[in-house]
Order: sequence, then C-alpha cells, then structure tokens
Amino acid sequence: MVQALNAALRDAMHDDDRVVVFGEDVARLGGVFRVTEGLAGEFGERRCFDTPLAESAIVGIAIGMAVRGLRPVPEIQFDGFSYPAVDQIVSHLAKYRNRSQGQLSMPITLRLPSFGGIGSPEHHSESTETFWMHTAGLKVVVPGSAADAYSLLRESIECDDPVIYLEPKRRYWDKETVPVGTRTEPLGQAVVRRAGHDVTVLTYGGLVGTALQAAEAAHRTRGWSLEVVDLRSLVPLDFETLARSIVSTGRCVLLHEGPRTLGVGAEIAARIQEELFWNLEAPVLRVTGFDTPYPPARLEGLWLPGVDRLLDTVERSLGYAE
Amino acid sequence: MNQPSDVTGPVEVDAPVEDLELVQVLDIDGVPVAPVPGLDPDRLRRLYELMVLTRELDTEFVHLQRQGQLALYPSCRGQEGAQVGATAALRDRDWLFPQYRELGAFVTRGVDPAGVGAAWRGNRHGGRGFVERSCAPMSIPIGTHALHAVGAAMAAQRLGEDSVTVAFVGDGATSTGDVHEALNFAAVFEAPCVFLVQNNHWAISVPLTGQLRARSIAHKAIGYGMPGVRVDGNDVLACWAVMTEAAARARSGRGPTLIEAVTYRIGPHTTSDDPNRYRDPDEVAQWAARDPVSRLRRYLERCRLWSTAADDQLAEDVRRARRSLRAAVVDVPDPPPGDLFDHVFADPPPDLRRQRRQLTDEWERRTRG
Repeated sequence: MVQALNAALRDAMHDDDRVVVFGEDVARLGGVFRVTEGLAGEFGERRCFDTPLAESAIVGIAIGMAVRGLRPVPEIQFDGFSYPAVDQIVSHLAKYRNRSQGQLSMPITLRLPSFGGIGSPEHHSESTETFWMHTAGLKVVVPGSAADAYSLLRESIECDDPVIYLEPKRRYWDKETVPVGTRTEPLGQAVVRRAGHDVTVLTYGGLVGTALQAAEAAHRTRGWSLEVVDLRSLVPLDFETLARSIVSTGRCVLLHEGPRTLGVGAEIAARIQEELFWNLEAPVLRVTGFDTPYPPARLEGLWLPGVDRLLDTVERSLGYAE
Repeated sequence: MNQPSDVTGPVEVDAPVEDLELVQVLDIDGVPVAPVPGLDPDRLRRLYELMVLTRELDTEFVHLQRQGQLALYPSCRGQEGAQVGATAALRDRDWLFPQYRELGAFVTRGVDPAGVGAAWRGNRHGGRGFVERSCAPMSIPIGTHALHAVGAAMAAQRLGEDSVTVAFVGDGATSTGDVHEALNFAAVFEAPCVFLVQNNHWAISVPLTGQLRARSIAHKAIGYGMPGVRVDGNDVLACWAVMTEAAARARSGRGPTLIEAVTYRIGPHTTSDDPNRYRDPDEVAQWAARDPVSRLRRYLERCRLWSTAADDQLAEDVRRARRSLRAAVVDVPDPPPGDLFDHVFADPPPDLRRQRRQLTDEWERRTRG
C-alpha cells in the first residue's frame, strides 16, 4: 500500500503543478513510512518540503495556499498528532468555502496515517474519523486496499473539497499486485467485497481484510454466508449500496476500531433503523473498540475487534430468529 | 495579572535588552520629527480622507448596531492610522488576511462597507466582496489566520509572483500558538509576508501587561530571526513608511517583518462590551489626545495642503458613503434557506442534498401557511 500511495502522489504531482506535498520528515527522509519517498528529489523542494514541527501550522499554511490556488497535500505524521490542528481543521478548513460563499474552495487532502494494530506507543493508533464526520464541510476517505489507496488518493487530490484521508497503517506493508495508474470505483461509492446472503458486515479501512477473513472462516466452519461491504468513504456515505445489501440479508453488523460511543457505527445504525426498519430481521449490532484510551502495545490484540469478536456478534445477529 | 496597561512605553522587565526606537514621522501635534515620506500632495490628502471615511463609517456601524440593524460591531476607532497607513503602502494584488477590526484596511483596499455590514448583520459569515479585492474574509478565531497569510505568501513564492501578504493581528493574538507558528514558518521559509500587529493595548479586558513579558511585541522578532519594528500606530505617515519598507523587503525575497503598531482601542471591544468595568477613562482620554486623524489634519493644514473646499467635498463623500451603507444594511431581508447548504461543499454528499430538500420544504410550507 505504501508504494501505491507513493505512486498516487507522484502521478498527481506530475499531472498538476499546483499539487504540493509537505509535512514533518516528508522530504529528506521520505516520510516515516516512506510514503513520500523520492518526491522531493523528483519535483524539487518547492513542491515537496519538510516543515518545522507544528501540526496547526501544517494545516494552516495549506489553507493559505489553497486561497491562492494551490492543491496542497499535507501529511500529519500520526493520527494522534492531528489534535493540535483541530482548530485549523474545524474552524477554517471545513468552513472556508461556506464562509466565502463558494468563492474559495479548499482542495486540500490531509493525509493521516491512522488506526492501530502495529504495536505503537501511545498517541500513534487513534481512530479520528468520528470527529471529522461530525464536522460539516469535510470529506472522510478510508482506503482498505492498495488499489483503492492509489485510486482514492488521486480522486481526493482532484476533488475541490477538503478530504481527510485516513490511511490504515496496519495495511501499509500488505503485498498486493496493483496495475500501475488504475482507477477503481469512484469516491463516494461503497463496494461489496464478498457477496453473501445471511448477514451484512459493514466496515472500512484496515478491517475490511479482517471481515473477509472472518467471512471465509464462517463459511468454512459454520456454513454462514456473510456479505462484506467496504464503505471506502464515510463522507460521502453510500447509503444506497449498504441498504441494498441489508435489504437482501435482513441483518447488519457494523465493524470499526474506534470506541463504540458515538462512533461511525452509531450513526449508521441509527440511519438503518430510520430507513430500513421493516427490512430488518435483527437489531443492527456493533463490533468496535472499547470506550477506553487506546491500549499499550501488549494489550492491543485484546482490545481491537478481530475475527472472533466479529463472529460472536454475527452469531448473536443470527440468533434473532423469526 | 490585572495591572494597569502602560500607556506609552514598553513593558518593564529586568532584562538586559535595549528598547526599540519608536518610529515616528509626525509628533502628536502633527509636527514632523523625522523626514516626511515622499508622498505627493494628492496621496497625503488621500490618506487623510481614508481615515476620515473610516471613522465616519465606523460611527455609522455603531449607530446601526444601536438601532438593532446589526447583531454586533467591533469598532476600530483610534486605529485608523495603523490600518490606513499600512494598507495604502501596498499594491492592489498584495493579499490581506484581516481579523475583524480592520475597517480602515477594508476602506483603503476598496472593499464595499456593505459587505462588512453583511457579516455584522448576521447575513453572511466573513462578509462579502473581500476576495475580489485580494482580501481574505474576516476571521474570528484569534491569531489562526496568521498561518493562512504565511501559506498564501508561500504560494506566491511558488507561483513566481512578487506579491506580498499581510497578516493583521492584535496584541492578544501574539499570545496564541498559531501566531508563534506563523512567525516561525514565515522566517524558516523566508515567506514574503508582513505581520502587522496592532497593539491596541487591550484584549477585551486584559491589558498588554497580561499578555507578555517580552520588552515589546516587536522584540519577539529577534527570536524568530526577522526584523522587528515598533512604529507609532497613530502616525499614519510612519505606518506607511515602515510598511513600504517591509513590503519592499518581502518583495525582493528577503523574507518577513514583524511590525508592532502602537495604538489604542478607543471604543469597547465590541458593541456588547463595557470597558468602564476594566479600564480608567483617563487612559482613554490620554490616547484620544494622540488621535491619528487630527494629527495628519494638523500637518496638512500647516503645509497648506487642506482647504475648506476640500472639507466640503469630503463631507459630501462621507454623507454619500454613510447613506449607501445604511441602504445596504437597514431592513435587508434574511438570506434564503438554501444559503445554509449551497456553499458547504463543491460537490455535496447525497445526504446533505436530502437535508436541503427537507428544509426547503419546511420553509415553503411555513411561508405558504
């Protein structure tokens, strides 16, 4: 996935002179995850540069650059370090277009290496998507595969709205063959990754792989048929695709890493019961992280929702018989 | 930290730091104390007219608020010299990033005051008609827009322009993290950016002494590695001169400058504030005597550059401007409900389109019924 993201940045910078990439350690080092490797050398320090260590400034200068017509792609090194930039993101990035009555768009893609599962120290494994979803004016995109990582990043950079681009760190080193420069389904469209007829599993990012693994295991050992839907973007949310799946299965389990209370699952579950009440055979259930701070590395395996917790919940859903 | 503000001098600290000289062209009686910048008579008169126009429109805004036509208004009374002088020293394509007390800058740049009124009436966040004048919409969260100015200046570098970007902030803003980050980034990237700090001595109720322990705001520039200039903010010619120099420096690729314009907020923080609760009226009177408008007036009269006929013409211009502002603000209908949704996204998500339809339906039912 790292190579796919790198290729997306390189192709975007090649196709559009207005694209600039910056952040902490992105130029000389090529990023702590090497996502920006080689860009400074290829495009020069005007297009890809290291900044001083200040996240609010990284987002703040991106906004000023967008006012003057550039398409900045700043990186915040880790999810947990986006918090110093919350004022810039919430007060300005999300509101600037509205404040200027559409005169000034914010075509900024803010890349955030995100989520847990890689044994990091504190503040390096946060799920921040709920904050951004709750902030009007932001798009929130979460690729789950290398192919999507390339395509969705290209589309995010081309998009005139600000995009918070959450990269699942645990998939950074997944090996996957991706045809060079290929676009997948458009941003805003959810994709059924595995068809099934018993229960719909809705998820995104790094857990798409987990859900597919669980679906395979459930099929092999229990004979259950799970349909796995990859949301791909949380704003816009492709409710049509997920509704179609739920109408066909009658059961839905939501899977995400972030804490349960007011998480993405809460919002989607609320909407499902509002709009699909008569199609449901069972309550919409959630498989999530706990309402605690993200745990230290030795405990994250216990905390993170995985195949077992997902299948336990699927079993509960199936337990609601007619 | 509720010490009285120091009216004229820098904050007293026990540190071996030399004072920065306060740049002044005219003393408070309008008598030159330094070489007067080489402005032709028309431009000198124009500076005076812009200050008068600013003050009169500012007064009109306060009246409109008192009459219930505006939700709120932050007066810039007393700060006309800093705002008009600094803005007049710039080119039309130089970008301004204002806070919200910059009527003098808007008037000088040619932003329609009605667009400013749209913000304070509560019709449109940020105002209207700013971007067309290379001016960012007004920004409320203190100090945050200084970073936008730096980003815009860095964009100008990348676009190969020789434009300059100016961030307008106040003394209170210099305490924020974003202003620190902005100064540091501007210095590191040698951004063609000028920071105009209007030190008006009060951040709502907190005096300057409650904001910093540095010798002065301009002294902070030393730590960032850029020039720091202290200028008499009530001396429009001095403000014009220091901005001219800072802008030339930025334009020629020599990086940012921090200007501290020492001035005073004569009015309340906003029309909702009562400054009698926290400051001494004698202090206000002392500063009123240092008024930037009458100072230039005295100089013009001394040089025989101002006539009674000019007064009549200016009075007529002021009447017309006030009338046109009133017409654009008084009893203006509220914006339509679609305004709530139409500019949030360039490409709105489907659910937001649905919510827009819901509100439009509600509104139509209500207005019909």
